[in-house]
Amino acid sequence: MSMETATARRVIFPSTLARTIAAYGQELIILFAIIALFVVVGTVAPRFISQTNLTSIFVGNAYIAVAAIGMSMIIISGHIDVSVGSLIGVLATISGTLAVAGYPVWVAWTVPILVGMLATSFIGALVAYVRIPSIVVTLGMLSILKGGLISVTSGAWITNLPTNYLIAQFRLFGVPSPVWFMVILTVLAGIWMRNSAFGRSIYAIGGNPEAARVAGIRVERSTVVIFAIHGFFAGIAAILFATQLQVIQSTVPANLELTVITASVVGGVSILGGTGTVIGSTLAAILFAAIGSSLIFLNVSAYWLRAVQGLLILATVLADMARRHRIK
Amino acid sequence: MTLTLRSFLRHEAILGVLLVIVLIILAQQSDKFFTTANILNQGRLMTEVGLIALPMTFVIITGGIDLSVGSILGLSAILLGVFWHNLGLPLPVAMVLAIVVGGIAGLVNGLIITRFKVPPLIATLATLALYRGLAEGISQARSVRGYPDWFYVLGQGDMLGVPTQLWILIALTILAALVLGLTTFGRATYAVGANETAARFSGINVDRTKLLIYTGAGLISGLAAVIFVSRVSTTRSDMGTGVELDVITAVVLGGTSIFGGRGTIIGTVVGLVLVQALKNGLALSGVKGDGTIVVIGLVLILAILASNLFSRDGDG
Repeated sequence: MSMETATARRVIFPSTLARTIAAYGQELIILFAIIALFVVVGTVAPRFISQTNLTSIFVGNAYIAVAAIGMSMIIISGHIDVSVGSLIGVLATISGTLAVAGYPVWVAWTVPILVGMLATSFIGALVAYVRIPSIVVTLGMLSILKGGLISVTSGAWITNLPTNYLIAQFRLFGVPSPVWFMVILTVLAGIWMRNSAFGRSIYAIGGNPEAARVAGIRVERSTVVIFAIHGFFAGIAAILFATQLQVIQSTVPANLELTVITASVVGGVSILGGTGTVIGSTLAAILFAAIGSSLIFLNVSAYWLRAVQGLLILATVLADMARRHRIK
Repeated sequence: MTLTLRSFLRHEAILGVLLVIVLIILAQQSDKFFTTANILNQGRLMTEVGLIALPMTFVIITGGIDLSVGSILGLSAILLGVFWHNLGLPLPVAMVLAIVVGGIAGLVNGLIITRFKVPPLIATLATLALYRGLAEGISQARSVRGYPDWFYVLGQGDMLGVPTQLWILIALTILAALVLGLTTFGRATYAVGANETAARFSGINVDRTKLLIYTGAGLISGLAAVIFVSRVSTTRSDMGTGVELDVITAVVLGGTSIFGGRGTIIGTVVGLVLVQALKNGLALSGVKGDGTIVVIGLVLILAILASNLFSRDGDG
């Protein structure tokens, strides 16, 4: 079935287009899916494409796309981090606590990023040097961070945040700042991963760690650095999350880590490591946010959202594996 | 073989000593800890995790992992309520069907892993979302209550002075230990985890072995769901959230290698008791529920850290 469609596609498209599709296939599919979704749901329910709703889709979910940039690097290098949701919750609380305590806003913005990098570097060190699988380390970290956060805050919300601290509510040229963050960070990270030596080494490590080592890449040190970069993006995501409302809740959306991982994997980051782009993961984050929003406009219960998420990730993974078998 | 057998014993001996130390310390903290009532009650509380830890030991020995067990538990629990309350089936039939649904969910995991060669971590991460999503979608956040009295015997009653579900756990533990230790299936499980290619060339049906193990994990998760519902008298779609963490912690703490090929049921039981004793002891010493999650996470990381350092000594 899938074999036939693949052959058919190769015949229909001219070679340059085919090559673009081969290189950015997943990204293009998601882009088309987003456009199709907006057209279809927009026709059925025009308020879906109203400016208010579009803004809320993008602003409310930009932090997921930002976190997915770091997650994509982790997965491309052959690892995983299931603790990122709890980490974002902890960093958001640290940030808000600093802001309310009267520290300058730049302190409240930078300290969480540094703490995030420190925490993920620690995970990276355990993964790279002690050789504990990342799933085990981050499963442990997940419960440490989640339990620690609730123990410390007792579930209390942080209120009375200073107005000049709420960076996610700033606008530049009329566009909300989270959108700027999402677009600029995605483009910069995408270019960096495509063109810099270190960016290429992320792919090399994920593709074949032994070959990367032989090629002169210091795999252990690079792994720690990749985890630190992931922490950097988690820190920014935490600040965008913390400042989007007037209060900071001590909990993050349930299964936030799963949403972030879904964005990466659905965006074309191969679960076996070695391939994928952050443009894909950002597009997938937008797609998923749009699906969530469209369920409301289509009068489908929001309780089905997670099932849709599961189906999406499963379908993408199966398609990825099928494609690999075909190449072989 | 003798060498690996010796290292099993070494790990379990260390763990056993650790358990004794923990029990002594906890007993000093609270005089309620070492009462029969408390110990039996802890047995009741750990049954669901303990049951799922048995097939999880097999899963991890094959070099795999199953993150979806908590979601399967949730899905089976919700469907138990739906079958009985909404579809009007007799409760015993609903119970069997709920367990069967768990088995089907596990079979789907197994098929994704063996047919499509998807790494177990990602396959079960996807089905974790899918099964929990189905549970949430089907239930629409409505809970089912009001089961007949006989149903609560399973989760709240006693047999010969011991909680009913503890008998089930003990019986299945012995069964699992026998299967893993004495049967060809058990040997095949180790062989698949130690070296899958070698196992395939030795004529072991690797895919069938894995398929059976993941299906078993689903079936037992379904059984755990029925016991869970009976214990707490209600079904909710968030049941079993995070159970996979407790289960994996118990198994890994019990000396099963996350890389596959090594592990025992006895180790898992010791790991399970250690985790439950820690939870209970901390709770009795006044640590809140969220604080104990922190300890479980720490214990998981430290256990692997220790076993990695030990195994490296062994290699060198």
